[in-house]
Amino acid sequence: MLRDILQGLSQIVTNVGAMTLFFVRVIMQVPRALLRPGLIVYQVHNAGALSLVIIMTCGLFVGMVLGLQGYDLLARFGSESALGSGAALALLKELGPVITSLLFAGRAGTALASEIGLMKATDQLVAMEIMAVDPFRRVVAPRFIGGVIALPLLTMIFIAIGIFGVQLIGVQQLGVEQGTFWSQMRGSVKLHDVWEGVIKGCVFGIACSLVAVYEGYTAEPTAEGVGRATTRTVVISAVLTLILDYMITAVML
Amino acid sequence: MTNTVNTNIGASNNNLVELRDVHYSVGGRAIFKGLTIAIPRGKITAIMGPSGTGKTTLLRLITGQIHATRGDVLVDGKEVSRLNQQQLYAMRQRMGMLFQNGALLTDVSVYENVAFPVREHTKLSEELIRQLVLTKLQTVGLRGAYNLMPSELSGGMARRVALARAMVRDPELLIYDEPFAGLDPISMGVVLRLIRKMNEALAVTSIVVSHDVEEIAQVADLSYILAGGQVVATGTPKELKDDKSELVRQFMNGLADGPVAFHYPAGDYHAELMS
Repeated sequence: MLRDILQGLSQIVTNVGAMTLFFVRVIMQVPRALLRPGLIVYQVHNAGALSLVIIMTCGLFVGMVLGLQGYDLLARFGSESALGSGAALALLKELGPVITSLLFAGRAGTALASEIGLMKATDQLVAMEIMAVDPFRRVVAPRFIGGVIALPLLTMIFIAIGIFGVQLIGVQQLGVEQGTFWSQMRGSVKLHDVWEGVIKGCVFGIACSLVAVYEGYTAEPTAEGVGRATTRTVVISAVLTLILDYMITAVML
Repeated sequence: MTNTVNTNIGASNNNLVELRDVHYSVGGRAIFKGLTIAIPRGKITAIMGPSGTGKTTLLRLITGQIHATRGDVLVDGKEVSRLNQQQLYAMRQRMGMLFQNGALLTDVSVYENVAFPVREHTKLSEELIRQLVLTKLQTVGLRGAYNLMPSELSGGMARRVALARAMVRDPELLIYDEPFAGLDPISMGVVLRLIRKMNEALAVTSIVVSHDVEEIAQVADLSYILAGGQVVATGTPKELKDDKSELVRQFMNGLADGPVAFHYPAGDYHAELMS
């Protein structure tokens, strides 16, 4: 039992170390990868634009649920007018970055991991190496940068659509006064709160993209190995998102 | 049983690739036990041997993907394991390799696959790249397929595109890993002629790893047969064909019985069936 625990711990430490080294290797390739903006734009499109529908749909429904629940809760204290500010703060500081990150891990992260894993399984990465093209520069770094750019943008879109959803339910359906809704929001949301959302989006972007490219690159080059890497991408990204969320919140509050 | 390796290892200038007393093990299992091979410049050298003798591993050693546990792997006189990444990439730019499965990039078209090494390493104009790519595709008979995606190609077509990609920068050394596997007789003939043509017209040094004894015999200047982690026979295809050793005869004639066991070690067949 103790041996198993120690073995598990040693495995975790080994993985964290390997991922850190991988991160350093990716970061070292970032300046060279930036010289090929076309590749990065393509990856932002892949990770970002192709995730837009799912992000917008979820943002809308999360906002609508927040409108219903928020109104119900605030109505108990007779503070329905605070719906706008409450919902905006919740979306900006927590729900927006966290849910977007979880959705990103499920949509773009898995796509990245399985794509790189399959490239490995079909010898495409080795073929690049033999053609004297560094897969880190050509494959890993552009995908990493694409994810890091895409996630904060998706987070902001999620938040905007979410606020629209809150407004749709709170103002249009439940009758919160339009002017109060927006003025309360403007009054209580500070620039610091917006930054918190942006910073979380960036940090989650780095974490989720790193996990995805790392898992894909280190996947066992078999169908089973790629499947396992894809699953691990979602699980590790989700856990990492929530841990990092707590840490950033604790620092920024 | 073992023929004398009659290549002159010492004459580095004549050999583009040399392996000297190479040992390589994976997970405690010895793949090579003192392998010595010389690949002469401008010649077609075949590497043959039963499955699992490490033929692909040999190619990985030559291309610097893995390093020998002991011994020297020299390409153009330089020890591959001592090259840094920049030097290794510079060396690889002078190589072309045809993978067993083609290893085409699946997210871009046939045209872009062939253009890939040119775009990555040169700043040639689009017009020049187009001419280069179409010329190479014409050589392998797939100019008309330039717009297709790799998923739309048959296995043989993918291999021919990969061959065009391997040749596109006119490398000094072309490495073919099982180039004939899965090809129809027409494509096989084309690939055979291409290997010969590349060698004759451009003096390209070629290493061909293959099981196809008959096909190899048509193009190879020199053949090595590997078994048990060592070279067991070497010579021209004709010399190997006339070789009297049991292993060479078994391999060259495709016999099930001989020093190389066809069956994986197992218990008594009848006893197991009846149990």
